[in-house]
Amino acid sequence: MHIYLPIAGLSVNMLVIVLLGGGVGLLSGMFGVGGGFLTTPLLIFYGIPPTVAVASSATQITGASVSGVLAQMRRNGVDFQMGGVMVAGGILGSGLGVLLFRLLERLGQIDTVISLTYVLMLGSIGGLMARESIATILAQRRGEKPRRMARRHNPLIAMLPGRYRFYRSGLYISPLAPFLLGVLTGVLTVSLGVGGGFVMVPAMIYLLGMAAQVVVGTSLFQILFVTAATTLIHAVTTEAVDIVLALLLLVGSATGAQIGSRFAMTMKPEYLRLMLALIVLAVAVRMAIGLTWRPGELYSVELG
Amino acid sequence: MRQRLAALAALLCLGAAKPVLVPDVSDSQVQIVYSFTGAELLLFGAILYPHGRQPDHPADVAVVLKGPTQSILVREKQKVAGMWLNADSARFRSAPTFYAIASSRPLSQLVDQRTAAIYELGLDSLQMSPASGAEPAEQARFENGLVDLKRRSGLYVEDSHGVAIREGALYRAQIAIPARVPVGRYVAETFLIQDGKVVAGAVREVDIGKEGFERFVTLAAHHWPFTYGLVAVALSLAIGWGAGALFRRN
Repeated sequence: MHIYLPIAGLSVNMLVIVLLGGGVGLLSGMFGVGGGFLTTPLLIFYGIPPTVAVASSATQITGASVSGVLAQMRRNGVDFQMGGVMVAGGILGSGLGVLLFRLLERLGQIDTVISLTYVLMLGSIGGLMARESIATILAQRRGEKPRRMARRHNPLIAMLPGRYRFYRSGLYISPLAPFLLGVLTGVLTVSLGVGGGFVMVPAMIYLLGMAAQVVVGTSLFQILFVTAATTLIHAVTTEAVDIVLALLLLVGSATGAQIGSRFAMTMKPEYLRLMLALIVLAVAVRMAIGLTWRPGELYSVELG
Repeated sequence: MRQRLAALAALLCLGAAKPVLVPDVSDSQVQIVYSFTGAELLLFGAILYPHGRQPDHPADVAVVLKGPTQSILVREKQKVAGMWLNADSARFRSAPTFYAIASSRPLSQLVDQRTAAIYELGLDSLQMSPASGAEPAEQARFENGLVDLKRRSGLYVEDSHGVAIREGALYRAQIAIPARVPVGRYVAETFLIQDGKVVAGAVREVDIGKEGFERFVTLAAHHWPFTYGLVAVALSLAIGWGAGALFRRN
């Protein structure tokens, strides 16, 4: 069943897009990640123009995270003060990011930068996750008790000026730290079409040292608002938000996420993390191949 | 219609010495709606010879469907430090967004290069007005790259046996329009070619545009971008929340 995407300007198989959304949703339900890092590359492989893929993926993530935020709010898992600081940073970041996006687009390097950033980011995070989960699995096989890491924030964070008490997170740190973290994810959201949860969550745990019970909720809260702001910024600047594409993806991912979260309860968390690590690494490798192998098409066209 | 009557009148009253083409297209409005997966356009018509006498050598017909021209930048990837990056680029001021040509015989047998260049017959003879400064060899490299790219996406087409002529008087050609066709005003040109010369030509216009919902979405995204963005966010929130609520109840 084909449907014409008005902004992307091409006709796609509706079923493929819904299933793609469903598959990504399944993973995001299982692993608690947004899945934008999968949606955007897959859309680009399918032939959607990169800018449209990035912008519409951000729109889809807004919808995919809303029910998660509500669920976390019900169980009191959101630190609104911390989240608010991060949202402010994120909106600034997506504003800065779009300027960077435009500059790279003019230089003709946006596709390369997108791929390269994906390779570096997914490669390093996937590698770390794989190592950590394999170590945990091996330790359990040997019957050792998992070591608990002492929760404390990085010395770099302590150097930042001005301190504020974030009660829910159990932290007394400079608001600049979460603000800058927000800026970074904002840049990632606007330029890569990712929510940034897979950068945010480890950073909140290992850099800031936030209380574990508010990490996921606060990260989702930040993603919800920053992706919404990013959709607006893309709509106004690049005019690349394809509402039909975003909604088709969302129909799939909303369904997939529910199935995925049920499935996740039946599996051990360290095996889940290892699976996610392998998927993340696979995307990184695919992107790296795209960068280094001779492409089928050497030429590209843009208006100007 | 008026043009056709005028052509007939010219023929009947003046007994013109030159043949005349009476062209038509199956659809002067191609509408892109949600189910659009491409279209077939039929370009057909009649060849009217003076006094109804056909020449001894049958004439040939070439049909061109051309989209609006654009100023474009073509980028070329090169291997830099182990990665393929956009390195070199060239600008063309008038590259057609779409170009399809069908002829009754291969173009090389119909016209010489000069005539082909004058009438822009064939993918090798497009006049793209490259920006000054580039060397001819480099221009040619980029032009070939562009034509090859467009050809693979179905936006540049050359069909050397695409025109069928019946009884030396009626011709027809079918041109495929792919789903990712750019919108705008297209011209359908028909050329009657005899002994290497274009002896008659005629032009029809074809409008390709988005209609209905697709048109509305495109216009909204362009004219009210902020509202469009708000609606996108609102719809996204509504579906996400709705799906969550639905599954929670079950």
